[in-house]
Amino acid sequence: MRPDTPNSPQSDQPKQDPRFKTAHKEAWIGVALAIFNFIWWFGFAYGLGGRPVEEYTYILGLPDWFFWSCVVGFILMSIITVVLAKFVLTDMPLDDDPTYHPNPPNFSDKPAQKGPKS
Amino acid sequence: MNIGVLIPLIIFLIAIFAIGFIASKQMGSGGSFLQDYFLGGRELGGFVLAMTMVATYGSASSFLGGPGTAYTVGFGWALLAMTQVVTGYFVLLVLGKKFAILSRRYDAVTMIDFLKARYNSPAVAILSAIAIIVFLFSAMTAQWVGGGRLIESLTGLSYTSALFIFAVSVLVYVTIGGFRAVALTDAVQGAIMVVGTLILLIGVIIAGGGIPAIMQDLLNENPRLVTPFGADGSLTAAYVSSFWILVGVGVVGLPQMVIRTMSYKSSRAMHRALAIGTIVTGFIMLNMHLIGIFARPVLPGIEVGDKVIPLIALEVLPPWLAGIVLAAPMAAIMSTVDSLLLLVSSAIVKDVYLNFIKPDAPEKKIKILSFGITGVLGIVVFLLALQPPDLLIFLNLFAFGGLEAAFIWPIVLGLYWKHGNKYGAFLSMLTGIGSYIAIHFYNQEYGNLLGVHTVTIPVVLSLLAYLLGSLAIKREPFRF
Repeated sequence: MRPDTPNSPQSDQPKQDPRFKTAHKEAWIGVALAIFNFIWWFGFAYGLGGRPVEEYTYILGLPDWFFWSCVVGFILMSIITVVLAKFVLTDMPLDDDPTYHPNPPNFSDKPAQKGPKS
Repeated sequence: MNIGVLIPLIIFLIAIFAIGFIASKQMGSGGSFLQDYFLGGRELGGFVLAMTMVATYGSASSFLGGPGTAYTVGFGWALLAMTQVVTGYFVLLVLGKKFAILSRRYDAVTMIDFLKARYNSPAVAILSAIAIIVFLFSAMTAQWVGGGRLIESLTGLSYTSALFIFAVSVLVYVTIGGFRAVALTDAVQGAIMVVGTLILLIGVIIAGGGIPAIMQDLLNENPRLVTPFGADGSLTAAYVSSFWILVGVGVVGLPQMVIRTMSYKSSRAMHRALAIGTIVTGFIMLNMHLIGIFARPVLPGIEVGDKVIPLIALEVLPPWLAGIVLAAPMAAIMSTVDSLLLLVSSAIVKDVYLNFIKPDAPEKKIKILSFGITGVLGIVVFLLALQPPDLLIFLNLFAFGGLEAAFIWPIVLGLYWKHGNKYGAFLSMLTGIGSYIAIHFYNQEYGNLLGVHTVTIPVVLSLLAYLLGSLAIKREPFRF
């Protein structure tokens, strides 16, 4: 598909780039994560923080609402993104490569590396 | 001014210089010049990608203005600032691999190249180029003023000479090194921000006699400082939450962030970057704003918010360490300015000149023009920053939110919704910018409409405009 004719009729293979399915899924993961992040942040900040100041307790010296909303919330998001990066998100070539199939036996971004039996 | 503070700052400037120079030597190793100069040949690894995103995004406002406000307002402002953690993963996940794949397929070097290929419309491309050049040019000038002022206050030099030092250091490495130099220096600057904020936080906590003691001082002064509602109780949940759009998810529409999501080498680099970016953004923002809050009992009575960080660093740290720490806001400003400079230059060279004036310009001419325009732009910004015209200051008010409202839907829905078309994109951009300016004035006059930040309503309106334009005017699905 040429950049100047992105809608050109000659590229009429109906099937979608298989990589896009994964890409779409991962974009939705991003949206879901942001929503989760927001609920956590908002819930602790205004749930706990809405009490009268006299009722606050302090964790590591910080007000409890802030500790849970911003400190724990941040640490939690960091852990989630590390898990995502290591185990959930799929590696794929970014250049157009007609031989690419989803779920290859052993894809790495260094294609020169070959395992002993692959 | 203490010479001990200056030495680390001078070493920092020299180091940045050297890195920029080394990066410029790497250029021209295969691939087209434009890709290399404006996109670093799409070969950023995970760490550099994460750092350049964090550093470009973290500007004078995160390092001087933000902590200064936290000093006045208390924990409510730190809560607000922590909405930025989302940018670390959201931009990369949402634009994600599809954007990387398509920008390679379309051979896009700028964000506008992508919009042009996606919407096939000169009107969309021209409007985007104008928006980027006008708004980011003014944003850049404002940042230069901030950089000059910071050097002025740290060194005691006159504003003009301070600005000159700042301008020369940034200009040289950006002009000769292009995107690669920008990204590499960003990585170093980002690392300085991490280390600098940690040192200063520890210093402030020690000076304040430990966190519990500081908290007691704050409670004694004004218990509202430790609530989420601000020192005068005026920070509402709705207002603070609306920053999730301005400095959180809306960042997806900022051209300086978008361009970075097409610059990485592999999907693996992107995975690493989104974890590193989240951790580094959260760490820096949490530290900086806690410093601002904790500084209040340690050094009471600071009137100008921007001075909180420099003053507290000089107060609680030995001079040489204060010098290292104060290189952090310096780094934050430089890393924002360098990205904006290159982005505006690419909009002029690639999106205006090559798209509309002379598409078949020879490589050599493009090269001279790219260096030339980047250099000239820098000099013009320097001259304007000497005495910033009111118009630029005015335009800068819209640079961040206005661009978000303009680009968020044409980029995101253009990427994922096949029915999005040029009518929708054009209408969405016009509506986004127009309503942002209108609501800005309304809010200034009558207080925040619906109690939320200015950006909120324009983002919703530009979504409606995009849907309306795409569905009502002419429906034809796009084949990616």
